[in-house]
Amino acid sequence: MTHIVRPYGDTQDDGKVQLSFTLPVPEGPRGREAARLMVLGWGFTECEVVHSAALSDDFSFYVAYATTDRGLDVDQVTADEGHAPGASLSMDEVDAFLGAHIGRKVVVVGACTGFDAHTVGIDAIMNMKGYNHRYGLERYRMIQAHNLGAQVPNERLIDYAEAVDADAVLISQVVTQKDVHVHNLTEFIELLEAKGLRGRFVCVAGGPRIGNKLALELGFDAGFGRGTYANDVATFIARKLVEKAAAV
Amino acid sequence: MREKLGLSKEQIARARELAAAVTAPVLAFVADHTSVTVERATLRLLGADGAGADGVPVPNLVVDQLRAAPGGLESGAAERYCNALLRTGLGPAQLDERIAAGYRVADAPLADAAAIRTVGAELVEAGLGRVRRARDRRQAKLEEFAGRNHEPLLYLIVATGNIYEDVKQAQAAALQGADVVAVIRTTAQSLLDYVPFGATTEGFGGTYATQENFRIMRAALDEVSERERRYIRLTNYCSGLCMPEIAAMGALERLDMMLNDSMYGILFRDINMYRTFVDQMFSRMINAYAGITINTGEDNYLTTSDAFEKAYTVLASQFLNERFAFAAGLPARRIGLGHAMEMDPAIPNGLLYELAQAQMAREIFPEHPLKYMPPTKFKSGDVFQGLVMDSMFNLVSKASGQSIHLLGMLTEAIHTPFLMDRFLAVQTAKYVMSGWAAFSDEVEFRDGGIVKTRAAAVLARTVAFLEEIRQLGLLDAIERGLFADVCRPKDGGKGLDGLVAKGPAYWNPVEDALRAGLGLAPARGPGQAGARAPGPQGEAP
Repeated sequence: MTHIVRPYGDTQDDGKVQLSFTLPVPEGPRGREAARLMVLGWGFTECEVVHSAALSDDFSFYVAYATTDRGLDVDQVTADEGHAPGASLSMDEVDAFLGAHIGRKVVVVGACTGFDAHTVGIDAIMNMKGYNHRYGLERYRMIQAHNLGAQVPNERLIDYAEAVDADAVLISQVVTQKDVHVHNLTEFIELLEAKGLRGRFVCVAGGPRIGNKLALELGFDAGFGRGTYANDVATFIARKLVEKAAAV
Repeated sequence: MREKLGLSKEQIARARELAAAVTAPVLAFVADHTSVTVERATLRLLGADGAGADGVPVPNLVVDQLRAAPGGLESGAAERYCNALLRTGLGPAQLDERIAAGYRVADAPLADAAAIRTVGAELVEAGLGRVRRARDRRQAKLEEFAGRNHEPLLYLIVATGNIYEDVKQAQAAALQGADVVAVIRTTAQSLLDYVPFGATTEGFGGTYATQENFRIMRAALDEVSERERRYIRLTNYCSGLCMPEIAAMGALERLDMMLNDSMYGILFRDINMYRTFVDQMFSRMINAYAGITINTGEDNYLTTSDAFEKAYTVLASQFLNERFAFAAGLPARRIGLGHAMEMDPAIPNGLLYELAQAQMAREIFPEHPLKYMPPTKFKSGDVFQGLVMDSMFNLVSKASGQSIHLLGMLTEAIHTPFLMDRFLAVQTAKYVMSGWAAFSDEVEFRDGGIVKTRAAAVLARTVAFLEEIRQLGLLDAIERGLFADVCRPKDGGKGLDGLVAKGPAYWNPVEDALRAGLGLAPARGPGQAGARAPGPQGEAP
């Protein structure tokens, strides 16, 4: 059974999409026509450039509506739903789960590593206050949370995690320019492995541009992207720790 | 500016008294200390520039030599640099080349003290003379193009990592209507204990602040200023481990604004608090002398803590930043106190609380060019909602008479701004601010209403908070996490080893000239009590 879908504007299967983009050409009739032809060149069957404006002498901005006839069978789509919202336990449920299955406070260490100075992600997950009315890990009765903040070298994070006998390590990476996040995350796992410590911690990466797939590729146990709350991360850690304990 | 909130004058005066009491012991400590970067900034203003073969800047080479030599830095770096000029008979540029090639200023026997001081006076005249010419040039252009900027000033950021790419984006931003262009620094730079040399084309999330990059961007914005007949201000980040050196470079290259907070480095970059307080003082004296407007960083409190609950920490920090700035000779009209619109959009009447906070800042700091920062924390990938949030921000800013308006980006939560993102920000801001141009004059706030009640509550809570800090002491208050929920140990953080107690023979002709020029009391010798406190508005009494 196939279930082909197309973008929906105001009628089933009309295939309408909105686009906005900048071209490095002066604004004017030629720029607008170039924009229209470019959109058609991308495979759209129709395109109307509804707005254009000069951004400077040499750059121009376009808003366009285009039509596509390409559809997709959504039944054939598989997504990375490892930590889909809704699948996670609440804070109280995590605490109860840890109390029942681990029976002690779980130690979680988190940091932004490398030169990344953006603590917004790690703070949203770890700080008492949390984010958007979801409390952070510091608030969890069964979690002892250590937020090391920003610009923490990987070596220091590992030393700290060893010193406090961490169960899990969280790394947040917000800056992704020139793939610096991949470099930082890879270096962390390599250092852990060199020290023979990889098996000791549950390792979790997070950040707006980090998905589970990328994190797994880089050797982490999980990755959390946009829209993640503390209870998503806590649920994963709790379940993973129980799984690890069972495997021993 | 008409006062509309009926804020308690007694409470405002009390908050200023408390801020003076809280900062006094810190300023006493500052007076007795220098740091590696204070000395390097001094050298830069005396003419030290360039870098050795491995990229180590000449000011670092000199300071590192002196630190390793007997006596270290306790007498300052100026004496040895001036001495080397005397001993070699070279000018600063040639001496810098020699130092870059390995010449040791630390080893040359000291010449006659009077001769060294004469050389120092000549170098100060040359360096600060250049700073004064930059200041005069800015003033002349502001007068020539008077009335052509927006109110508030529209502030845009570029951050490509490549200074030549930054130039394209900055010129486009200026043509679209920006009054201020800030070049964000690469994320690593605040923790470097040196300033890289030359033009740079690689950076992460920003571009290195170097003197050459400053010069390149200044020239590019001057070009647009002439074409548009509108003076475009250039801004950079005077923070991190090289705060005073960035100030020196900015003063020489005619930057107009500097992000320059008294505590930001401590709280958000984990730089040692003693080091930060010493560095911020000297950097602010340079900024004051150069006529540079500082922007303080209170917005950062609100991205870390809750903006509704912790609003009083912003006001408290504004009072402290003001006092530290007055002590460095900055007049109120150059103190761009920061704040931000970061309350949870789900709070009912949240925009009224934001208006209350912004109007309160305006009334308590009437002459200060307040710097207002847009929503970031609750921005998501929903760019359409993002544009609406920014429009509300534009309205609150205009309605409360803010001075420096950092334009929000609809793609804030997604990527560094696209060219078209800045364009949309300028277009929508112009529309909102023109449409509500006289709103502030038209509207009064109701007695007992949400706005007046909220402002009075925040002010009262701020006074109580400052009382608490005074009892604890500022350093202990920071240690206990009273600001931004961040705890920083006094002896922790980066850069403490670069702090130096001034010795009995400490000599800094740049500091002496800055103090004289700013009407501040002369630097006191180590341990001498009784430095004159600046007057209530920062001018010398």
